[in-house]
Amino acid sequence: MIIARKKPVEEIITEIDPYDRILILGCNECVTVCEAGGKKEVEILASALTLHYQARGKAKTFGKATLERQCDREYLEEIRGRIHNYDAVLSLACGVGVQFAAETYTATPLLPGVDTVCLGANEERGLWTERCQACGSCVLARTGGICPVSRCAKRVMNGPCGGSANGKCELGPDTDCAWQLIIDRLKALGRLEDYEQVAPIKDWSTDRAGGPRTITREDIQL
Amino acid sequence: MSEKFEPRIVGFCCKYCAYAAADLAGSMRLSYPSNIKIIQVPCTGRIDVIHVLRALEEGADGVMIAGCLEGECHFLEGNLKARSRIDRIKHLLKKIGMDPDRVEMFNLSSAMGPRFAEIASQMTEQIQALGPTPIPRSCTPASETAA
Ligand code: SF4
Ligand code: SF4
Repeated sequence: MIIARKKPVEEIITEIDPYDRILILGCNECVTVCEAGGKKEVEILASALTLHYQARGKAKTFGKATLERQCDREYLEEIRGRIHNYDAVLSLACGVGVQFAAETYTATPLLPGVDTVCLGANEERGLWTERCQACGSCVLARTGGICPVSRCAKRVMNGPCGGSANGKCELGPDTDCAWQLIIDRLKALGRLEDYEQVAPIKDWSTDRAGGPRTITREDIQL
Repeated sequence: MSEKFEPRIVGFCCKYCAYAAADLAGSMRLSYPSNIKIIQVPCTGRIDVIHVLRALEEGADGVMIAGCLEGECHFLEGNLKARSRIDRIKHLLKKIGMDPDRVEMFNLSSAMGPRFAEIASQMTEQIQALGPTPIPRSCTPASETAA
């Protein structure tokens, strides 16, 4: 899932300050699950911003809406009838949603209300960790299901670098060495021979390094 | 404005302790300020950030949350969750420029009628010292309801 983090409310206040009528637009998917931009966060933010401005005697209107997804045009259409009531939209979706909303409603300034951080997993309530960087050609089959692209700071492909010590990355004691995890896992699976094989040079053109990516699926394009 | 400021305080009280303690204070004929408008909740753990913010948004001068003594929550740790939520609300209030002291949490047991009277007075005095809410009284929330 896409993991986002709420922006500090002071930053949001600075963003929205020039506008009088602001639509706070949540998203029902990833950002709801990671509790950064769902219906509940929309309600709390609208209430906090209302308090902030009313306490200063400023009249601002905060509209609220939460769409099923902001990365699908059909759901974005749901606000077409009311978008003209607002001077700006504060979107609590991930960066994809914010941009798609901005592309759909070109006459209205779109502001991000969250920081989009990574593709991650929910370890426990309030704790998410990165697991994938969408490199576009997955190597998990030969790495025991542990991703060296997202979990190794150097993205090395053939075993740990010289900084690996006691299972930890040289980044610090909070970061496991991905390659230590991979080797331990391959050992447990009895597949250490996978580790012995030198990996071919990774084709990074499918990664972000190759420029913005487009996925075309002719089989489903009717 | 020469008359004394009488704060309007919303008091979220847990059914098993604070609400019962308020009842007891009543039966004991203890007098305490009538500024607190009590809302009974099944457990303070049920109180969410939005409930407190909405009360302030609708013109409450203060919000009091009263739950069981720590370690004695009827639902084990609802009051501890409430405590950390209240801390977060105070933090948020500070950031949006509202006085965090407008919101306060207390703990007491159902047998503590006199203590209820005491916290009611304490909370009322605390809000009196802060003065009326900066939110205009006449206002209905400026944020519209979701379509
Ligand atoms: S807009 Fe972003 S957060 Fe919302 S569903 Fe799409 S990818 Fe997930
Ligand atoms: S190898 Fe690439 S696609 Fe596979 S998990 Fe890692 S970053 Fe994601």
